[in-house]
Amino acid sequence: MDSSSRTSSPASVPLASLHKGDRGVVVEVLETDEGVVGEAAGATIGRRLIEIGFVPGEPVQVIEEVWPGGDPMAVRVGSSVFALRRREARAVLVQPGAAGGGSP
Amino acid sequence: MSRKPSPETTCRVALVGVPNCGKTALFNRLTGSRQKVANYPGVTVERKEGSFQSADRRRHYQLIDLPGTYSLVPATLDEAITRDVINGKLHNEAAPDLIVCVVDATNLKLSLRLVLELRRLGKPMVVALNMSDLSHRRGFKLDRARLESELGLPVVATVAVARAGERDLIRALDVMSGALEAERACVQRAAEDDLVQLLSTGKYRVLQPAEPLNTSAEISATQREARRILSVAGYVEPLRTRALARLDAVVMNPIAGPLLLAVLLFAVFQAVFSWAAVPMDLINTGMASLGAAVRDAMPAGPLQSLLVDGVIKGAGSVLVFLPQILILFLFILLLEDSGYLPRAAFLLDKLMGSIGLSGRSFIPLLSSYACAIPGIMATRTIPNVRDRMATILIAPLMTCSARLPVFALIISAFIPNRSVGVFNLRGLVLFALYVAGVLGAVLVAFVMKRASFGTSYHPLLLELPEYHWPNLRNLVVGLYERTMIFLARVGTIILALMIVLWFLASFPGPPAGATGPAIQYSFAGMLGRALQTIFAPIGFNWQICVALVPGLAAREVAVGALGTVYALSGTTDNLDAALRPMIASSWSLATALSLLAWYVFAPQCLSTLATVKRETNSWRYPLIMAGYLFAMAWVASFATYRIALAFTGGA
Repeated sequence: MDSSSRTSSPASVPLASLHKGDRGVVVEVLETDEGVVGEAAGATIGRRLIEIGFVPGEPVQVIEEVWPGGDPMAVRVGSSVFALRRREARAVLVQPGAAGGGSP
Repeated sequence: MSRKPSPETTCRVALVGVPNCGKTALFNRLTGSRQKVANYPGVTVERKEGSFQSADRRRHYQLIDLPGTYSLVPATLDEAITRDVINGKLHNEAAPDLIVCVVDATNLKLSLRLVLELRRLGKPMVVALNMSDLSHRRGFKLDRARLESELGLPVVATVAVARAGERDLIRALDVMSGALEAERACVQRAAEDDLVQLLSTGKYRVLQPAEPLNTSAEISATQREARRILSVAGYVEPLRTRALARLDAVVMNPIAGPLLLAVLLFAVFQAVFSWAAVPMDLINTGMASLGAAVRDAMPAGPLQSLLVDGVIKGAGSVLVFLPQILILFLFILLLEDSGYLPRAAFLLDKLMGSIGLSGRSFIPLLSSYACAIPGIMATRTIPNVRDRMATILIAPLMTCSARLPVFALIISAFIPNRSVGVFNLRGLVLFALYVAGVLGAVLVAFVMKRASFGTSYHPLLLELPEYHWPNLRNLVVGLYERTMIFLARVGTIILALMIVLWFLASFPGPPAGATGPAIQYSFAGMLGRALQTIFAPIGFNWQICVALVPGLAAREVAVGALGTVYALSGTTDNLDAALRPMIASSWSLATALSLLAWYVFAPQCLSTLATVKRETNSWRYPLIMAGYLFAMAWVASFATYRIALAFTGGA
């Protein structure tokens, strides 16, 4: 799967729309305009998400949300858990529901 | 570059790895206490270097611990430093001869992509499979030899937290550095046969540098390659144990989590406040008796005064911070080592984020209630530079324990001891002073968010690593390191400032036949009187102004200085009692309230400013801090004084 393609399967939803306990499989990571991650320009949010493991085919699960508002959320991806805000979780498109197998 | 291996060869090794891979523990294991901590020139990023020897003790390794990074495409200043050091592009920093890439054996999916990215640089590299014991115990499966052949790099198992856990790594480094030297010798002799033979062994082949990764597609490709290699190497992850999952279900629970956090923070706050009291008293009395002994042993004169009131008192004022710093850092290291701290930051992200801080700002700010100095040193746990600077700048607005003696003196002299409903009026005033500090901090944080820094959005993207038992050796090394940083760098500045203040308060001596207290005729006295033009509008008389000058050493010193100005003598206990009627009769209520407001905000502590200078590695932040605190204090005092005058009808 080519992550740079702008098309995605119709059933995919942003990771940001999932809630505690929901599972899914990463379909695509969108390259956001919101570029800079930190003070040293270079990395974009989309690129960093791929680097920390949001790769197409990887199963993800929302394991916790902070009240109120459910933001940030703790997401298990691969064998790591990352805390993300909904804002950056919008860049990850997932196929919800599937418990997900191993690597592609 | 040496021609052949001599007994004293130095090899520069860089330690690289993703955050939370146990890299610092491995660094501590390899170098023990032979560490130097400094800053990279011009930035706040910490530079850690240490040394160790080869197995045969003939080679000397210089090890540099680079900031953790997920990628060579940097997102933070730390990560940019790591990239630049590896590439030899950082000024005054030679490129490393060898790279050790530390990977977490219990989370290879996250770590291996960085190995592939580093491999493209074509530098000699060893992969340290860290936490090997843990991965074994937890039931991870991996064919190390197969991983080695797939990567084309030596892969060695390390256990950073166990004795001799670094042995295989040192052996691999010995082989590689030996091969490197031989290779250099070969190149110099142009003996192609040797070189070919060396390269044909395969394992230590010279890699060809490739273009750095740029696009998302390329990064995705390295992820796919990492997963392919892991599946070929038979990497299998076990299911997470129920106990750890249950622990997370409590720690990060939307209700139980914040409650547990509140209990923990309260315990830390209590410990910093109360456990430190006894050792601090011991240091104070110890230094006082040392001073008395020196005073008795020497003839009176400027030299005796310099030693007793300058050097010994100054050293005491440095050492007295140590108990709080040690206790605070013990807790922070425990919370950090166990994996709790990032979870606390997760829980607090929304709350702290609403005023432009990060979840990790919480512990430094809380400990600033005991003392801003350990608090500011604790901001090192905040990875984002912007968040760290914002936290440092508001830390002095948390009401530290040194303000209490000043507050206590003024409140007991001016505020009647009567009850208001179920509360006590004096207690209410003290509480209002604490609240004023918090409101000031919120205001400043909000303004900073809006003004200079609020231009770009910073995503959270915070890893919540697996829980670990804290390691004793790491705790000891960490505490030792903080102690040394404080004593060697912050302490020397504070000591120098104390001696300067002693000089200002002692010279010139009073003229013959002088009637007033000696300090009145000193530089400090002159300075205080000169300052009166600034402080008269907020109701301070010249006695207060003079006392503010030595009060810069530490806030509570102002109480003693007031005693000196009012020509009182005696120990601190009865000095307080003697001062109370004195100031009650000579100050107006408006002046007293104004001074209280002043002490909530004023940059009345040079030690804090010295710490900020060291921690931020520039004069910019201490100057900004002193400037805005002074302005806030003056405005608050002015408003307090004028409003109080209007109500009391004074002139």
